[in-house]
Amino acid sequence: MADAAFAIELKGISKAFGPVQANKDINIAVPKGTIHGIIGENGAGKSTLMSILYGFYKADSGQIFVNGQLTPIPDSQSAIRAGIGMVFQHFKLVQNFTVLENVILGAEEGQMLNTSLAKARSELERLARDYELDVDPDALIEDLSVGHQQRVEILKALYRQAEILILDEPTGVLTPDEADHLFRILKGLKDQGKTVILITHKLREIMEATDNVSVMRRGTMVATVKTAETSPEQLAELMVGRKVLLEVDKGVAKPGEVVLKVEDLRVRDEHKVERLKGVSFEIRAGEILGIAGVAGNGQTEVLETLGGMIRATGKVTMKGQPLPLQGKGADGQSRREAGIAHVPEDRHHHGLILDFTAWENVAFGYFNDPQYQKNALFMDNDAIRADTEKKMATFDVRPPIPTLAAKSFSGGNQQKIVVAREIEQNPALLLIGQPTRGVDIGAIEFIHKQIIALRDAGAAILLVSVELDEIMSLSDRIAVMFDGKIMGFRDPETTNERELGLMMAGVTGKGEAA
Amino acid sequence: MDRLPRWADVALVPLVSLTLAAILSALVIIAIGQDPWEAITVMVQGSVMNAYGWGYTLYYATSFIFTGLAVTVAFHAGLFNIGGEGQAQLGGLGVALACLFIPWPHWTLALIGAACGAALFGAAWAAIPAYLQAKRGSHIVITTIMFNYIAASLMIFMLVDVLRPPGKMDPATDNFPAGTHLPSFNEIPGLNLIFTSGVPANVTFFIALIMAVVVWALLWRTRLGYQIRAFGKSEPAARYAGINPVRIIMIAMLISGGLAGLMAINNVMGEAERLLGNSASGAGFIGIAVALMGRNHPVGVVLAALLFGFLFQGGAELGLWTKIPIELRTVVQGLVILFTGALDMMVRMLLVRVFAFFRSNRMEAA
Repeated sequence: MADAAFAIELKGISKAFGPVQANKDINIAVPKGTIHGIIGENGAGKSTLMSILYGFYKADSGQIFVNGQLTPIPDSQSAIRAGIGMVFQHFKLVQNFTVLENVILGAEEGQMLNTSLAKARSELERLARDYELDVDPDALIEDLSVGHQQRVEILKALYRQAEILILDEPTGVLTPDEADHLFRILKGLKDQGKTVILITHKLREIMEATDNVSVMRRGTMVATVKTAETSPEQLAELMVGRKVLLEVDKGVAKPGEVVLKVEDLRVRDEHKVERLKGVSFEIRAGEILGIAGVAGNGQTEVLETLGGMIRATGKVTMKGQPLPLQGKGADGQSRREAGIAHVPEDRHHHGLILDFTAWENVAFGYFNDPQYQKNALFMDNDAIRADTEKKMATFDVRPPIPTLAAKSFSGGNQQKIVVAREIEQNPALLLIGQPTRGVDIGAIEFIHKQIIALRDAGAAILLVSVELDEIMSLSDRIAVMFDGKIMGFRDPETTNERELGLMMAGVTGKGEAA
Repeated sequence: MDRLPRWADVALVPLVSLTLAAILSALVIIAIGQDPWEAITVMVQGSVMNAYGWGYTLYYATSFIFTGLAVTVAFHAGLFNIGGEGQAQLGGLGVALACLFIPWPHWTLALIGAACGAALFGAAWAAIPAYLQAKRGSHIVITTIMFNYIAASLMIFMLVDVLRPPGKMDPATDNFPAGTHLPSFNEIPGLNLIFTSGVPANVTFFIALIMAVVVWALLWRTRLGYQIRAFGKSEPAARYAGINPVRIIMIAMLISGGLAGLMAINNVMGEAERLLGNSASGAGFIGIAVALMGRNHPVGVVLAALLFGFLFQGGAELGLWTKIPIELRTVVQGLVILFTGALDMMVRMLLVRVFAFFRSNRMEAA
């Protein structure tokens, strides 16, 4: 028998995908009217578990109880009927519909829309009042900010009378302010007696927002604890299965020769808008230069110009040799030949070909490498596969199967494949964008260590990240970008988040420009 | 979603699709008052039950292998080459010029020369749409379709006003000289023990099989093929890796057009031995269906080409021996394309459910 005091109770849930056991005998009980966190590394099985609860996957074995009742959930319609609502990481909204139209989509009553629209309008007004969920019902989705789009997803669930709301990595796309607002909304929902399940891999959010937290590791549920009685260190240890360094451990940099010198770099996009307005900096061997900034202020263009993906004007020299910024020689292959490796910001669109196998991705960008050729005509696929096995072992990629498609790996493991490919080239200059975006704690620690190791081996590193913590802890020097320009350089030892935050917003205390 | 086992994905899905197409075709035949059993008997007997039938089935299949491979190569670069028909016709022009104006001492040399002409002209006809796509962003589907019409008009002009021998009435070239005659199956030692009467299938069939192997090796074993596939999967990623989009579009389309053009050595040089109007007779379009059904893999393309060869030859027999009109051949082809191409996902999802059902039953039993 199950206890009716639990909104959700899962008993003995197991699910395998081929040889991969995604969920192993999961038991979890979520008390009514609480915010329950589920935390675990990427690939720990959190999303699979929630997909089973929402009827996307059928569990191989196990039972689901909703409010104490045994409730089979074969599809998402049954989940909605059982009062379960889900807010996905990637929103499922029709971009050119209004908020109101999106809310009633799939829940229309009758052939004519007017009645449903009117009903939805008054319902939305009530929800906005009760939960701080105000969105203009007549705005088009495409005109809304990401934070507001997420509110529409929550409204959709509530409009369908959800009593239990599941949010999958809800803050991945939000600014800190928007995230705070989201947590206020969730608290409001809890106060009204609703149950919230929050899936995340960010410890800070768990500590801030939840009442209880369940920790998953490699498909199993390792612990459920009261949030008030635990600490981030303990949770991190539970998640990874060993002690984790939350701080980066790095020695003093020993900068050498100037490797990269950039002068007056300018880029125009296809609409002739100037995205880089004269950027100059230099990086020495054995040094990490971090570029901080709010996304979209030109950091991407710096990386893509140096990586040979877009055209620019200005002067760039690599160890004294000029790098072409236009025409012949301004492409990814020439850059790799010049000793530049590039971990792009967006691994799904640039860094990997998701349909390709892991080994095909390990050769991506380096398909001209002599060690990958059998003779003048054919590639040596066996050699690439062997090399992939080696890299997978060094970087602890799981599962270590070179013939698996890239899309079948978790985000952290995908990033490890990209980072392994680029770092193992022993580049003179590494361009690395958002090295740990969507990557779990264990992998973050590992990737950070690799970056530091490469620096200590004498490489110059250009790091771009929107995570200020990451910039502060990894960089030897920090450049702050705003509106296509560098606002100034700071020493991470002497600056602080407040000063950098002001510079990122375009305010310079000392009136300097570099 | 759950996935199908590999054997079901490769073999069962097309088989079920084909069965559905056959059932629907039978219903159509019943609806026009004919006997579907008679139809299938005639089709099978006329195409695969004797050497003579095979001689035609393989002849058609040869053409379809070339055009199917042409679509396959372009597809892997993310390009949908609908222009195989026009490229094959231009290939015919290349063959005709090579055969008519160069005195070849032996058919093997003539074959090499004509193949070069065919590939060159086919590739050249694909080059213009490819350039427009690569440099100007004009959609390749639109431009290749338009180039089919331009090719048809160009061929009429060439045959009526340029290549037609003086005094002749029909828009066609002179017969090719005897030195360019390719051995048919009934003229090849060994094979002539099986193929005793004159059949159109000729040595080109073996060239088609070799090209299937070449295309496979190109796509999955060479750097160029790797770049073509990478570009086809993701253009932004290709840009990151330093793969030049203009180069890949041009090369992939040149290879694709060249393969479509090569088809002409089968029908123009091997069979007709002169260039006639509308020489490709639809094989360029069949190539799209062949590539779709063959899942854009050379092995699948060869198998699908054989099936369409059977449909072509069997359909012709229908018109010859039954009251069923030959147009029914087009209906059957249409249904096969519909089920194997367009409704592929429908069959697949159906099978996924069937498999999931059996799996859960097995689980409960265990």
